[in-house]
Amino acid sequence: MTDIVSPLPGTFYHKPDPNSAPFKSAGDTVAVGDTIGLIEVMKTFIEVKAEAEGTFADYVAPDASPVSAGDVLAKMG
Amino acid sequence: MAIETLFIANRGEIAVRIIRAAQSLGLKTVQAHSEADAEMLAVRLADKAVCVGPAPAAKSYLNIAAVVAAAKEAGADAIHPGYGFLAENADFARAVEEAGMIFVGPTAETIERMGDKVAARIAAKAAGVPTVPGSDGRISADEALSVAEEIGYPVMIKAAAGGGGRGIRIAQDAAELARLAPQARAEAEAAFGDGGLYLEKVIVNPRHIEVQILGDGTGAAVHCYERECSLQRRRQKVWEEAPAFGLPEATREALCNSAVALAQAVNYRGAGTIEYLYDAAADEFYFIEMNTRIQVEHPVTEMITGLDLVVMMLRIAGGETLPVTQDQITCSGHAIEVRLNAEDPLMQFLPFPGKVASLSIPEGEGLRFDHFLYEGYQIPPFYDSLLGKMIVHASDREAAIELMAETLKDLDIGGLKTTAPLHLALAADPGVRAGDFHTQWLEPWLDAGNLTATDAA
Repeated sequence: MTDIVSPLPGTFYHKPDPNSAPFKSAGDTVAVGDTIGLIEVMKTFIEVKAEAEGTFADYVAPDASPVSAGDVLAKMG
Repeated sequence: MAIETLFIANRGEIAVRIIRAAQSLGLKTVQAHSEADAEMLAVRLADKAVCVGPAPAAKSYLNIAAVVAAAKEAGADAIHPGYGFLAENADFARAVEEAGMIFVGPTAETIERMGDKVAARIAAKAAGVPTVPGSDGRISADEALSVAEEIGYPVMIKAAAGGGGRGIRIAQDAAELARLAPQARAEAEAAFGDGGLYLEKVIVNPRHIEVQILGDGTGAAVHCYERECSLQRRRQKVWEEAPAFGLPEATREALCNSAVALAQAVNYRGAGTIEYLYDAAADEFYFIEMNTRIQVEHPVTEMITGLDLVVMMLRIAGGETLPVTQDQITCSGHAIEVRLNAEDPLMQFLPFPGKVASLSIPEGEGLRFDHFLYEGYQIPPFYDSLLGKMIVHASDREAAIELMAETLKDLDIGGLKTTAPLHLALAADPGVRAGDFHTQWLEPWLDAGNLTATDAA
């Protein structure tokens, strides 16, 4: 399992906007550079990108939850 | 005064600013804070602090029911909303009054009226304030030429039924308009089933100039001169001055008087700002909107007038009639404010919510630093990036720019990236020094690579 960790403190979102589907679901293929979520930091949204390829396992941090830098956001199989 | 205990429904530097004003009037202060803000400076300075909810602003600072209940519970008789959050929310102003407290600001009706673009434009026109010339309502493609002749080129042509920028075209002259108007009509018809058009004058490279006003709700109002806020990035002001430079005296007088006329016409209560676009080439100004709150850049006005605008707001909210007359308000010297944000200007302004490792603030005549920092303070990532505002006041603009550059070099905020390098580069720029800029100036200046790591050194 590979962890995807937060590069910054902020609020983590699974979806590009509240009415859309999450960026990834369990079983999805993940390529390097794929966006897996957003971190809102000081009113700016920063894309969290996969740094390795694999299969998406699940989100660890809940949607719209506060996270610290280094927190595990999601896991890949 | 009718206020004994003031509840501050905001955070950051403006909460600190409001507490200091309240304390100078002998008021007790109760500071609202979210779970993420328990350690902020305003919490430490206030007589009492109350948690109003979790970190996300929607659940704390923007939660009307929670804020009003917390203020009531704390025994407050007035609420100051600061800027942002609920400051221009008419429902909040109403809820505060319905709970038997004073809202430090205008009435809910004024907030609603001036917050509505169309209603505000109508109020401005009725008070004789110039608005951006346009085709009062819809016109046909055939009428476009005669309307454009009246308001002057360039003109912007758009679908009357449209929105979101769709179908907007700019015509520099009659020939171009004759070519574009039928296209615009056809596109409007296809997109909205309605070929009606709307024409508006394009103000090329306008400056942003705004007038500070104070009113007491009885129709009495004064202006506190104007501010120049043209240096903007992504529609956020980054550097503000007072007074506006290079403004002909007759224009300044007309501008400030028009703001007073509008404030009087709407029986404005409290501190407010009327924003204008200024076409320097034509020496014309046009109303854009009114902000019914204290603004981030209010200190530059305080520096040139010697007034304490937040104290004025509190005294007016406490029931006093206008505490100053127009002839008591004078403009002296030149003031500049720069916004220091927790962002790395050399990394596309990436937010930097770090911890304040050290803090050394220059002090001296004409210097003021409004902020909420202390050594060891961890900046929360949940809110905007404004750390503080460095404000300088000197005899003239050149001296003020010089003082700003020296002061920023002496300011040390350890452990954080801030926008200070941007302001140092701006202070050294010949265009800024000459006052040769407008609202469309800063972004191309940044894109052209004018800010480099060497400036920051």
